[in-house]
Amino acid sequence: MSEAVVSTRIRLARNLKEYPFPIRLSADKAREIADKVGEALKDCGIKFHRIDLDAIPDTIRVAMIERHLVSPDFIDAQEGRAVYLSDDNTVSIMVNEEDHIRLQVIKDGFELNEAYALADQIDNILSKKLNFAFHKQFGYLTQCPTNLGTGMRASVMLHLPALEMSGAVNRIGANLSKLGLTMRGLYGESTKPAGAFFQLSNQVTLGISEKAAIDNLQNITTQLIAQEMRARETALSNIEVEDRIHRALGILKTARLMDHNEAMRLLSLVRLGVSEKKLESLSTDSIDTLLVEIQPASIMTKYGDDMSPRDRDIKRAEIIRTKFN
Amino acid sequence: MLCQHCKKHEATTHVKTMINGKVTEYRLCPECAHELGYDNMFSDFSADFGGLLSSFFSNALPAISGAAHCEGCGSTLNDIKRTGKVGCADCYDTFFSELLPTIRSIHGNTEHKGKQPVIEYTVNEEEKKTDASAESPEDKIKTLRVELKQAIADENFERAAQLRDEIKELEG
Repeated sequence: MSEAVVSTRIRLARNLKEYPFPIRLSADKAREIADKVGEALKDCGIKFHRIDLDAIPDTIRVAMIERHLVSPDFIDAQEGRAVYLSDDNTVSIMVNEEDHIRLQVIKDGFELNEAYALADQIDNILSKKLNFAFHKQFGYLTQCPTNLGTGMRASVMLHLPALEMSGAVNRIGANLSKLGLTMRGLYGESTKPAGAFFQLSNQVTLGISEKAAIDNLQNITTQLIAQEMRARETALSNIEVEDRIHRALGILKTARLMDHNEAMRLLSLVRLGVSEKKLESLSTDSIDTLLVEIQPASIMTKYGDDMSPRDRDIKRAEIIRTKFN
Repeated sequence: MLCQHCKKHEATTHVKTMINGKVTEYRLCPECAHELGYDNMFSDFSADFGGLLSSFFSNALPAISGAAHCEGCGSTLNDIKRTGKVGCADCYDTFFSELLPTIRSIHGNTEHKGKQPVIEYTVNEEEKKTDASAESPEDKIKTLRVELKQAIADENFERAAQLRDEIKELEG
């Protein structure tokens, strides 16, 4: 059941009391904050390295989005923005995105409580060294009022191919807002939910404790997975679906040109086949790794910045063939 | 069914909007849906948040402004409405009564529950003590008055009566 949950993410928004929010922050002050955060992280027991956004090429910035290490908004501007990454890339701390600090923990699989525990621990260390803006009524103060209160966004990345095939996913998505949750595509702002991957997160941050928000997300996710599993039973008893899964594997093993959308769609089908034991192929973990490796900027950082879209499609097909054969 | 916009292609997207309680439905083909900006069903809420928040503000904000600008960062209420972003921590106190209705319409709530910053433990204990008595009756009354106004605007008279009693009690 946990295979329907690709990964779990906890994000905490924090600001320093003595500085204006990023929208009113000078580049000098922004760098000052980045330094302070680095200083505060020194004795926390986890090793971080700092990346200043204006010191790296565009492809690496985008590749960090593809790995969910930073948000798409973060790379819109570069001056004074930095990210601290833990060695295993589990923890990333964006400085001067929409808030001074966006602390994020990503874990593979369905690990909400574990991810929160780690985020909480690092937050406590930071809060002893930095003076966080906190209001007795509104909780943690954030630049955008949507994040007030806990400043916490907890998300699970879900693979829901059967619910997507049946069309149920749209109806579910619409109903989730009543439960204080929101469902989006893989990269939040990306144009479409590619390959039946969705992000489910809490919407409300004020008036609900971290624990209550996480419990709610955990419960709804569990129910959603149960629905997905029922839908899979129906879907996989259908020879046409089984045929699509096997064809997908055939194309992945042999194609010479593979654009990003096609790759996402086919890998999604194979992932479904593998987790339902209809296919003998790569493990879901290897497929998840592949899903990141075939993203455009990730290909370019590895194989050259000057690749045309066609070059990438050739390289993508090659990477996939090599993995599957 | 054909797309209601171009009336040429098969409609695949069902758009339902609710503006001021009025529900409107359209069925669109993928091209028209894209053109009209409806293809992004799972688009990030915050991406267009400036616009959305402005609309929250224009509905929720009464035309009052005690403070012209925030002492902390210089933001005016207009700046906040225009960008959907608050300038600094002090703005939340400066524009407290103006922001409160907006915050309520976003979260359905105005009181934080959950974690508080861990300051060095000794300090934390003192903080807690002062915090418990921190909200002065005047502050509380101010909050309740704003809530009362909103409750009346929402025609939630039961809540309004309850708030009125609470205010009376506090005023002694």
